[in-house]
Amino acid sequence: MINFQYLRASSPKSAIDGVRTDLSAQFIAGGTNLIDLMKRGITAPPKLVDINNLPLRDIADEGKTIRIGALALNSTVADHSLILKKLPLLAQALNAGASAQIRNMATVGGNMMQRTRCPYFYDPSLPCNKRAPGSGCGAVAGINRMHAIFGLEPVPDQHVCIAVHPSDMCVALAALDATVEVWGPGGNRTIPFTGFHRLPGSNPQKDNTLQHGELITALRLPDNALATHSHYLKIRDRASYAFALISVAAALDLKGKTIQQARLAMGGVAHKPWRLTEAEQVLIGKPATEATFREAAQVAMRGARAFEHNTYKLKLAPAAIVEALTRAAG
Amino acid sequence: MSRVDGRLKVTGGATYAADNQLTGLVYGVLVTSTIAKGRIKAIDTQAARKAPGVLEIITYQNAPKVPGYEAKPTGQTRVDGQEFRVFYNDEILFNNQPVALVLADTFERANHAASLVTVQYAQAPHQTALRPNLTKGTKPKRADDYLRGQANAYTTAPVRVEQEYTTPINVHNPMEPHAATAVWQDANNVTVYNKTQAVRIAQQDIMKAFNLKEENVRVHSPFVGGAFGSSSRVWPQEMAAILGAKKVGRPVKVVLRRDQVFNMVGYRPESIQKVGIGASPDGKLVGITHEAYGLTSSYEQFAERIVDPSKSLYSCPNLNTTYKLVPLDLSTPCWTRGPGESSGSFALESAMDELAYALGMDPIALRLANFAENDPENQHPWTSNQLRACYERGATQFNWARRTPAPGSMRDGDWLVGLGMSAGIYKAGRSPATARATLLADGSLLVQSATADVGPGTYTIMTQIAADVMSMDPAHVRFELGDSALPPAPGQFGSHTTTSVGSAVYDVCLSLRQKVLELASGQAITTRDGYVELLRQKGMPQLSVTKESKSGSEEKTHSGKSFCANFVEVWVHPVTGQVRVVKVVSALDVGKVINAKTARSQVLGSVVWGLGMALMEEGQIDHRFGRYVNKDLADYHLPVFADVPDIDVILIDQPDTILDPIGAKGIGEIGMIGFAAAVANAVYHATGKRIRNLPITPDKLMA
Repeated sequence: MINFQYLRASSPKSAIDGVRTDLSAQFIAGGTNLIDLMKRGITAPPKLVDINNLPLRDIADEGKTIRIGALALNSTVADHSLILKKLPLLAQALNAGASAQIRNMATVGGNMMQRTRCPYFYDPSLPCNKRAPGSGCGAVAGINRMHAIFGLEPVPDQHVCIAVHPSDMCVALAALDATVEVWGPGGNRTIPFTGFHRLPGSNPQKDNTLQHGELITALRLPDNALATHSHYLKIRDRASYAFALISVAAALDLKGKTIQQARLAMGGVAHKPWRLTEAEQVLIGKPATEATFREAAQVAMRGARAFEHNTYKLKLAPAAIVEALTRAAG
Repeated sequence: MSRVDGRLKVTGGATYAADNQLTGLVYGVLVTSTIAKGRIKAIDTQAARKAPGVLEIITYQNAPKVPGYEAKPTGQTRVDGQEFRVFYNDEILFNNQPVALVLADTFERANHAASLVTVQYAQAPHQTALRPNLTKGTKPKRADDYLRGQANAYTTAPVRVEQEYTTPINVHNPMEPHAATAVWQDANNVTVYNKTQAVRIAQQDIMKAFNLKEENVRVHSPFVGGAFGSSSRVWPQEMAAILGAKKVGRPVKVVLRRDQVFNMVGYRPESIQKVGIGASPDGKLVGITHEAYGLTSSYEQFAERIVDPSKSLYSCPNLNTTYKLVPLDLSTPCWTRGPGESSGSFALESAMDELAYALGMDPIALRLANFAENDPENQHPWTSNQLRACYERGATQFNWARRTPAPGSMRDGDWLVGLGMSAGIYKAGRSPATARATLLADGSLLVQSATADVGPGTYTIMTQIAADVMSMDPAHVRFELGDSALPPAPGQFGSHTTTSVGSAVYDVCLSLRQKVLELASGQAITTRDGYVELLRQKGMPQLSVTKESKSGSEEKTHSGKSFCANFVEVWVHPVTGQVRVVKVVSALDVGKVINAKTARSQVLGSVVWGLGMALMEEGQIDHRFGRYVNKDLADYHLPVFADVPDIDVILIDQPDTILDPIGAKGIGEIGMIGFAAAVANAVYHATGKRIRNLPITPDKLMA
């Protein structure tokens, strides 16, 4: 770890100014991932701008939308009555992530910014195109049990990355049509959540579409009719504090047995939270039955591709979709 | 009785190895190799030397000489071969091997400077995978091959099972990372504060390495935050701290990073085992064949007791075992809770379950039908054996009777329910141990022995034994351990501290009591004031007795073992492959229970270890690099609280009247022997899927 400059910002503007002038500077909020990365020598920002004092913690009902400040803690959001009532899927996903101690430190903005847990990314002596562009992907012919099955465009070896995004919260946000409010040197903008994270393509080192100096200030989630029938299913190697082998966020709007609306996203399968819009289309207008769910799962799995150690995901993922939809409908 | 050191531990008052802040302390951080085999071509320490606070950087080029490293291996060491020599030459023998020690005035500065050291290697091809190298397996010098009756007799049996079982590398991962602080008082006197299960062994190892006399080496390790075998010999952190302290003439502390704990302090080696087992239709065993392969380093042969449970657990006229070790470019494995027995019993007890299904017989009935009245390995009578009571009381408590044998026949809602069981056996014995008991002028008792308390409650148990013999209030008894200058005791491993040191404490206190009786002319003294008065009258500042205790002829005439029966209920989700252990009953024969609380805790720990071994623990090495990929506690999965079910511990609590004067056997390991098989057997009962390759993760159940 190097010596670094540490500043505490008092306003969003001063925070942005503190970062934008220095290309290596980074914001720090809960620090639950950034500090690990610094300790391991994966990243070494010479300057950290602490944003914890910014007034971005509120959770508010704005009528048609719910606004969650970027600095709201994961545990605060998960326990908030408004979220439990209107967005139980988000609360479930949050509680499925990390440990209680980490959720008490981690912010929603930081959760979105967390980096992959691919072990090759975390060991500077091993190849990783995300950490050291051009060094190759250690996982593609290595131990890839946790790795992606979707979003793998054919690219030259020096760009290959089969890492997955580790967040549970983001899977629910992708399903729930969230938007991300961003303030930056170039002004303020709104990014649809499914456009926030990106596929590796030719730039696996980039996890998302934020520009340098841009600060996440809030999430907005549209009010919906999905709260009664939603479920976050996470399959992992132990009961807590483990990243998903597969996770599924499923939400349905049912009229009788008929599906009016559907939301479906997966975690542990791609470089970004994986929204399954085509599978959702299959569900709409159909009865909420196992046959319908199976059909959707089949559509969801189109284009999936596995590696030596994660072929199980080709079987587990559709089974998990059916299971999550069944529990959501139940 | 509650732990006497409980308050110290929870209030931070207990001094662990890394807590020693000596005056003038220097911090050492290890730089480690990034290749598994080859040579160091060049080490560039220039940038690091210029970094603020750096005092010195030690590599093989400038390390103080270690005389013991030049000595030819004697064959007398506990692990056969040439120990790993720290900063000795340019050779790389395993990945993450220490190649330099950066010494600085603060930990942060040492750590930063360590990141500035660059090493160039001439890489050589390495081999780290067990299976492709099985043909290189050889019989270890300390061979474990065994035959009684006819070899491979199982093949002639009417009902038989023949299967291969594998267990992966398991890493001890104690909560406390390994640490050592060393200080040289002068050119010939060194003191080391480390994390060890055996201060005397550490002292002997250091004496040999530096050609020093016993009085020149002092090792302190009063508190240890879990060890499980990983602190039973001197490792690179001790040697690095000693060499660093020698080089800079100040105390040096070296603490391993979590990833270094994976490579530098041993691990449970991977195993590949073939078990053939045959029986007559009524369930009488005809023959057992157990062939095991383990792995070791290229420089030492670490052999473990992997086939031991097979030799003694069941009455079986024909039995043959072989054990081969494959040398690989990895660091040397070491003893890991139930070393060998835990892996070997997974194979044996899985095979017994498979046999029970092949016979259409209840797994407990099969085991009872083959109950061994004597130790089948040598025909010696047991010192004690309550295994039948373990089966009976465990089955009752667990309600085994509710089990319908057909796989997949029990459900609870969406979940498949499985009930599985297994048996376990583990050596029970004692080693010579010496204790000193001193009645002090204030009427309190000080008892001392160079044993350890790595968590099982040794401070408490010894205090209790002494207080009992002396009829004293335990509050007036103090027990000291973890100092090499104390009367010698064996290391705290092999589940024999209570039998060895406990017997020594018992014996020495008996002697002291006798002396007191003599001094008091036959008047029994029962109060603290009475002791004060006696010493005052006799003009004695204190009264001290030192005594060695050891086993007698019973060691040759009897066989000492602890026993257990493990019962596990799992729920398996048919869609997601998730396994939840919902109920455990462990029934154990450990002889007399000295302290019910700490004994129960030992079993809870063993069960949690067993759950980890069965369901999630696996040290994963990318063999292209010969390097661990899951070398932290996020990726190397140990059970968390949410994984731990309701655990019922049944201690049969019948004294062993032969093994030792206090009636105890051992309890530190027996609870995990066979445990992983009980989980696998329950998973089979739930699903009909027999998982023979640990750990049982959801992907395997989905396959």
